[in-house]
Amino acid sequence: MATATAPASRTGLPGLLGFLRRPAVGKLVLLAVVAAVLVPLADARWASGSWPAALTVDLTEPLGRASTWIIDNRDSHPLFLHFFGHVSNAVVLSVRAVYLVLLAAGWAGVTAAAALVAWRVAGTRLALGTAAAVLTCGLLGMWVPTMQTLALMVIAVLVSVALGALLGLAAGLSDRTYRALRPVLDTMQVLPAFAYLLPVVLVFGIGVPAAVLATVVYAAPPMARLTALGLRGADAGVMEAVESLGTTARQRLFTARLPLARKELLLGLNQTIMMALSMAVIASVIGAGGLGDRVYQALASVDVGAALAAGIPIVLLAIVLDRVTAAAGSAGSAGEGREGGGSRWTGWKGWPGWVLAAVTALAVAVAARLAGRLDWPETWIVHIAEPVNRAVDWMTDHLYSGVPYVGGTADWAAHFTTGVLNPVRDGLQWLPWWAVLLTVAALAWLIGTWRTALTAVLAMAAIGVLGVWQPSLDTLSQVLAAVAVTLVLGFGTAVAAARSERCERLLRPVLDVFQTMPQFVYLIPVVALFGVGRAPAVAAAVVYALPAVVRITTQGLRHVDPAAMESSRSMGATGWQQLRQVQLPLARPALLLAVNQGVVLVLAVVIIGGLVGGGALGYDVVFGLAQGDLATGLVAGAAIVCLGLMLDRVTQPTRGRTKKGA
Amino acid sequence: MRTRVTRTRGALAIGCSLLVLSTGCGAADMTKQSSPFANAQGARTVTLSTQSWVGAQANVAVAQYVLEHELGYRVDTVQVDEVPAWDALSQGRVDAILEDWGHPEQQQRYVEDKKTIVDGGGLGVTGHIGWFVPTYFAKQHPDVTNWKNLNKYADRLRTAESGGKGQLLDGSPSYVTNDKALVKNLDLDFQVVFAGSEAAQITQMRQFAKEKKPFLTYWYSPQWLFEKVPMTEVKLPAYEEGCDADPEAVACAYPHTPLRKYLNADFAKSGGRAAAFLKKFKWTTEDQNEVSLLIADQKLSPEEAAKRWMSSHEQTWRKWLPQ
Repeated sequence: MATATAPASRTGLPGLLGFLRRPAVGKLVLLAVVAAVLVPLADARWASGSWPAALTVDLTEPLGRASTWIIDNRDSHPLFLHFFGHVSNAVVLSVRAVYLVLLAAGWAGVTAAAALVAWRVAGTRLALGTAAAVLTCGLLGMWVPTMQTLALMVIAVLVSVALGALLGLAAGLSDRTYRALRPVLDTMQVLPAFAYLLPVVLVFGIGVPAAVLATVVYAAPPMARLTALGLRGADAGVMEAVESLGTTARQRLFTARLPLARKELLLGLNQTIMMALSMAVIASVIGAGGLGDRVYQALASVDVGAALAAGIPIVLLAIVLDRVTAAAGSAGSAGEGREGGGSRWTGWKGWPGWVLAAVTALAVAVAARLAGRLDWPETWIVHIAEPVNRAVDWMTDHLYSGVPYVGGTADWAAHFTTGVLNPVRDGLQWLPWWAVLLTVAALAWLIGTWRTALTAVLAMAAIGVLGVWQPSLDTLSQVLAAVAVTLVLGFGTAVAAARSERCERLLRPVLDVFQTMPQFVYLIPVVALFGVGRAPAVAAAVVYALPAVVRITTQGLRHVDPAAMESSRSMGATGWQQLRQVQLPLARPALLLAVNQGVVLVLAVVIIGGLVGGGALGYDVVFGLAQGDLATGLVAGAAIVCLGLMLDRVTQPTRGRTKKGA
Repeated sequence: MRTRVTRTRGALAIGCSLLVLSTGCGAADMTKQSSPFANAQGARTVTLSTQSWVGAQANVAVAQYVLEHELGYRVDTVQVDEVPAWDALSQGRVDAILEDWGHPEQQQRYVEDKKTIVDGGGLGVTGHIGWFVPTYFAKQHPDVTNWKNLNKYADRLRTAESGGKGQLLDGSPSYVTNDKALVKNLDLDFQVVFAGSEAAQITQMRQFAKEKKPFLTYWYSPQWLFEKVPMTEVKLPAYEEGCDADPEAVACAYPHTPLRKYLNADFAKSGGRAAAFLKKFKWTTEDQNEVSLLIADQKLSPEEAAKRWMSSHEQTWRKWLPQ
């Protein structure tokens, strides 16, 4: 059995017996001994209960001073005049340039160009899909906002890719840089975007420059990671062969390492685009304009339909860009003779095809311009807001309460809050602080090494030191509850999807939408169904984290060795036995990865939870931004990072850690 | 290994000097930048800050309509929270805030000290924050409208979220609120539950109202929701000048605030007819509510709502136009 090598398993997963295996017991005993010595000391010095006040550091004062200094010196200090000012100008100018080009091309030109690029990269089918998606943005009456978002995305992605590639190059070539960079990249990704919106706004002011830079902070890490991964993973044999030819380091880089890393580089590009798009709405909070702004403004007038009309183009952009860049990536790995997109014209390989595409796009743009059809025609707009709002109203009217037998969603939410969230939160907050640290240490050590345990404990302790122990445990309880729900639903769905090809096909677009729909769009329906409080926060988190869990689990179950499946079937195992005794144990690495991703993604929605009454850290971060209170916002953001670090270490046993936020 | 290190350093140095070359010549004024989407077709643009509540959207919608259709400007709107909006106003990213509920700290910093923002006069609307219960509930239990009797009803106002106490629903984190201190200092058996956004709070209140359930909420007027969910204010200890000076010790009601407009100082000076109009822009609570309802309840686009209001109130907005 594959499980024999794993040191121990997590509670709730098959193989609870793993706890009793010897190395685990040894670790626990050792930990118990250490605890027996340290706990009485700590208890005598600082007492039990909540985190001791003596061990906290108050950052309010210095952070407040920092923000005042920035405001006072922003218009006169050379740092701003000669550096930030130019950065900001450069961003504005380049976004404007792209925007003007898009406007000049008109809707026909843009559609043609997008479709032709998709055709060159990914084949006819995706080209048609792309054209349909772009036209839908126009039909929804979102042409100009879509172009604004697109202009912003182009610049943000270019900067992210350039920055990420540079960092990745440095990390890929030098071990020391690699080690130094990893925690930085981790922080960039786990730190909730809301927490650093405020510092960015303080420096750059609201508007496009701040939005682009905030997006870059969030979107550059996957590029950096995957570049480094690709460069480090270059086949040693090939590298040796190249070296023996007497090449210089630069020649090796450009002729061997980079081409070999092509697949990772393209995956990095793909991930960067997805991350950047997911920031489109969040960045609108600081005045980025475009589609995100439409979603945000619709939220203010509690208009789900209008929010959806602006949300759909974001989803479509994300899906199209994902499929096209993914196709480009797989084309590289499968070599020339691939058939991915189906019927690529074999006669138009290489640059002649590109020239043809460029000429066609240009011709369409010029034709549209001559015909005076640059702007999207008003009469072609389909108004979906009203019917959507009626549907949402109907749904919330009929599901909110008083549904026979099962009760309404509000009742479920109330039961969930009193029956699950409250006990978990109260339990965590009731535990003495050292008991929490010990539990974290034990869990992390059982699953990983003493190093991971130490990181997890230090992260948890940092939360106490920052002075946000109580709200952090509140947030933790919500995260745990949301992860539990996500896993139950996710594993159930994944089993169904893994068993039936058709089920998986049907599920795919639904998962795509769940994953890319801006959370602001479903904020109101979630509140309308579950009321204000922690229950809707959990619901929003589940919606966001579910797709990744379902996908990873389905993949894991699918890739179980067919021979093992076959032999179990030949021994007369029923479907259920097969699942329980063969598929699930063999897919355990995938299941653990799903748990880990579930945790990370749920944590990413904590802020959104703050917007629907989740309170705790999420609320503090939003509060910090709204009130210009750097201390509250940044401290809560840092606490979320620490929680993320801790949870990641506690749930991630394998050495090779995969990318985040897939 | 050694050569590689120097190579990386060399590349870094080149990169840095390129950055300096491309960015280092001359000073860039952070206060002189506009949106890349502005002036796209060569028109003069005014940028207005719009806040998340619908009343503020109504101001902006009408101002925008007048600017675009009567004065020939293009208008960009930016939705940001109040404190960052002040910051943006001082930097010139935004030309005007049309509805400010009083930010003494920002006022001191930007209007008095730095002089980057100027007072744009009153909006004509008086704002008031308070605690409200739905009128259907107040009619059944008239004594609930005094804070002294609130504890009697804590049981009926309990929700899953408020634990064993009554729920006092609070809204967006950007709003001015003393509610936590008030609950404590008035010795009330209530728990403040923060909805986290106005959208969430409105949605919850409408759900409660649909079922005729009692609730107690932080709310403010003018607000269109009063037309949909009639609410009665709960009397708190009377407001006196300075009784809310110490945020920990507050035990009195919220004041009535005449709402004001603020303009970027440069824009106020050289903004021409647009600035002149925005200074004159002044209407009543009823006017604002009329437009707000069209936007929030009838789901008209702000532009459509402004147009409809303007067609029936010509003598009001004619007075705003500069000569």
